[in-house]
Amino acid sequence: MSTLPVVFSAFQTRKMDLLSNKWIINLIFCCFFIGVSCNSVENKIYVHLNYTIPCVRLLNATHQIGCQSSLSGDVGVLHVLESEANLDWVLKTGPNPPYMVILDSTLFTRSIMMKLKTGSSRVAGVVVVAPSSNPSEGFSPHTTCPNENSGVYSESYDPALAHCNVTVWNPLGNGLSYEEYDFPMFSLKDDNDTQAIKQCYYNHNHVVNGSSPQYPLCAMQLYSHMSAVTDTATCMRRNGINFSLNPETVCDPLGDFNVLASTRPLNYTDKGHKTGESVVIAAARLDSRSFFFDIAPGAESAASGFVTLLAAAHALRNATQEAEPNRTILYAFFQGETFDYIGSSRLVYDMENKQFPLDLDNVHSVLEIGQVGLHGESKLWVHTDPVSRRNSSVNEEVEKLIKNLNSSALNLNFSLQEPSFSQPLPPSSLQRFLRARPIPGVVIQNHNSAFTNKYYESMYDNAEYLNMSYPPNLTPEEQLEYITDAAKALTEAATIVARALYTQAGGSDPIQLQNINVDSQMVTQMLYGFLVKSNNSWFQQMVPSDFAIHLRDRPTNFYVGVTQQHSEPTFLVQYLLANLTGTTVNITQDNCQNQREGEDDKESKHIYSYMWVQGAAPPNSTERVAFCVRSTVRLSKALSPAFDLKEYTSKDYSTWTESRWKSIKGRIFLVASHELEMLTLGVGVAVLIASLMLTYIISSKADILFSSGREPTAATY
Amino acid sequence: LTLCWFFYLAIGHHIPIYTQCLILVISNKESAAQQKGLLIFGVVLSVLLQETFRFAYYKLLKKANEGLLTLSQEETMPISIRQLAYVSGLGFGFMSGAFSVVNILADSAGPGTVGIHGDSQHYFLSSAFMTMAIILLHMFWGVVFFDACEKQRWWAVGAVVISHLLVSCLTFQNPEYVASLVPTYVILFLMGVWAFYSAGGSLKNLKLCLTCKDKDLLLANHRPR
Repeated sequence: MSTLPVVFSAFQTRKMDLLSNKWIINLIFCCFFIGVSCNSVENKIYVHLNYTIPCVRLLNATHQIGCQSSLSGDVGVLHVLESEANLDWVLKTGPNPPYMVILDSTLFTRSIMMKLKTGSSRVAGVVVVAPSSNPSEGFSPHTTCPNENSGVYSESYDPALAHCNVTVWNPLGNGLSYEEYDFPMFSLKDDNDTQAIKQCYYNHNHVVNGSSPQYPLCAMQLYSHMSAVTDTATCMRRNGINFSLNPETVCDPLGDFNVLASTRPLNYTDKGHKTGESVVIAAARLDSRSFFFDIAPGAESAASGFVTLLAAAHALRNATQEAEPNRTILYAFFQGETFDYIGSSRLVYDMENKQFPLDLDNVHSVLEIGQVGLHGESKLWVHTDPVSRRNSSVNEEVEKLIKNLNSSALNLNFSLQEPSFSQPLPPSSLQRFLRARPIPGVVIQNHNSAFTNKYYESMYDNAEYLNMSYPPNLTPEEQLEYITDAAKALTEAATIVARALYTQAGGSDPIQLQNINVDSQMVTQMLYGFLVKSNNSWFQQMVPSDFAIHLRDRPTNFYVGVTQQHSEPTFLVQYLLANLTGTTVNITQDNCQNQREGEDDKESKHIYSYMWVQGAAPPNSTERVAFCVRSTVRLSKALSPAFDLKEYTSKDYSTWTESRWKSIKGRIFLVASHELEMLTLGVGVAVLIASLMLTYIISSKADILFSSGREPTAATY
Repeated sequence: LTLCWFFYLAIGHHIPIYTQCLILVISNKESAAQQKGLLIFGVVLSVLLQETFRFAYYKLLKKANEGLLTLSQEETMPISIRQLAYVSGLGFGFMSGAFSVVNILADSAGPGTVGIHGDSQHYFLSSAFMTMAIILLHMFWGVVFFDACEKQRWWAVGAVVISHLLVSCLTFQNPEYVASLVPTYVILFLMGVWAFYSAGGSLKNLKLCLTCKDKDLLLANHRPR
């Protein structure tokens, strides 16, 4: 064809510029139209997963735990696992590896997961279908000895008590959360989408009698690539590298804030030892976790404890204001205790380094409330540390504290008992205080030796487990007010704690003691708000308006999260504590939000904190009546000292970090056989080569082929 | 210079394609039956628009060719109307093919293939063959159309339009790919033969080429290109 050589040389003509601009503009237009209207091809191929909960990577000084996918997602042929014996298909005999294994929750056990882990070249990922009700035999992905190396029991303290030699606290623990998996793991709800996925498997992949399934096969792709690797020291070093204009952070330390309040105001600018001050610390834990990311219902492991303490703090408000006992009570709600005691280790560190208005010498005793959810019995157990009790003065104080507790329980249908044999403390914040110096303290739990919590740090530790059952056909408002059995039990426990604290703090008025009563209405409202739905009318009244939009229609998530992200329970407990232990003051919104009582008040902000809360709407109007609450509630930073000291391989402090990731998603589709793909490619290449050759041949013979019927004017060929 | 014509033609073919996609965009919001009706209407309109543009280009090119003749120093026309027909048809075919296939190609570059909602998994293969048929068809239609316009044979022009409509409507048979591809290839073959004859080919020439007796003829009729 004569124009072909002309074509190639004509690329240099100056007319190209003008035309190429037009070409580019038109191409952009046509791409826009195509993109807008004709993307139905993607819908024919992929079905995107709506609800995906991944398992993410966490790192500490020595290990990385959790799951990792490859950068462009992991693709695997679906396989619904029927039993443990069926694992053979996935690991050995199946003809189309790698497989994406779908597990029912009954099959999510340690033995199956370990086998999948060792055979991970043939496993592309695992999907766990979460059941709608809790498994009856219990499930705990945490280790058998929680916080083994960060508590007080080490070889130097007492080797006989270290590493859970005496009591294994979490016997049901299978340690799955602390293993490392190099394939992605997602959790799906048992709903219509999951049924569709299983149906796809049954239609395309399922075989009987050991034959091979026919292509096309149903497959799934999961994306959950984690940026951080190896351990905290490596990822923190990589955070600091400045190769480009935007340095990329790969991991963030876990942490949040502790919530602290005191019965007598403390001056937060006056740090270090405070002479003459003797403080009783009432502590509870705020956080929990589960195997999957951002799911941590933590009903018995966290909520039962801090709700009891909140209720006790409220009951003590009047007693501690009218007739002040001589010791101050410091209410401490620690965040991050699940991950090697982030919150309590930070508070002890601050106290030791004069970063806190109190010192460890000011601490008289510690009363900690652990897991106190009761399932029918009316008995609580008081745990103490046998090693510190070898010191006679410490022992004396501990005995006094236990006596106070017992006397508070006398008039109620409750009994408090010490374990019958010498046993170390269960995992609790008190252990971090004891690491610093021997302080008298007790931990109140609902178990004698091992945990009675069947679902410790798992996604099943929810309202259903705490026996928070509501009669059917109640509206959410009615459910909020209904007093469940769980609430009644916790009310009793809170009353005991409150009265014991009053006596421990030196209060001696028996009439005041009798008047300390916990309101069970409030306890049930708190339990509802934290474990069923945080967006309810009671919580709405007590939070400032800019936080009210963050209240959700589902249970609170107690995962501590990274330091930059503020977790919901910290704020909720802060506002609740402020309303329950503080007083209403009559100052303007402007003054309240600027932390002062008057125009030239510069001192109050060091002692008190002021909160402008929404309030409730009066019965005959819809406008909320807001007011100012003055309280002694403070947030203190709960970031492990290892990150301030930059000791990322520290054995003394928590070094937990969470990896960052770009996208977490999943989709299902059909995959064609490799042979069909190669055939398509081969046919295409063959057609291309054939057409090029044909064009060349025809153009070289064009004279001859098209010679007849020449037009007189067209003289050139 | 030929390249310029080529590009002008290619760009101009965008316009009927725009309307086609526009109509698809609008029709996405309607119900299924209305969508089908709107789609048919859109396709018919687009085909008629393309053929109208083809005729417009024929007129434009003829005028431009004559103008070039007066401007140029040679006595003979720089490019014959047959070459123009070929280039124009190829341009139309190229753009049409690109529009139909680029979107599908982009989505085929993932791990999945069509079929999870029950569609046939030979979607990509049959789209590719259909696109090839359409490109070749446009080329043949271009040659036949221009030739018919030169010789004022309006029935041939009508035949081109009707066969274009026929091929476009055949695509409604998808997903029965056999039912849409086989008739399309039959029409392709017939149009190819017609274009060959109207471009000046004949059975005698073909036999000459195939049996390699053409070398003597070439030497005899050799002239500088």
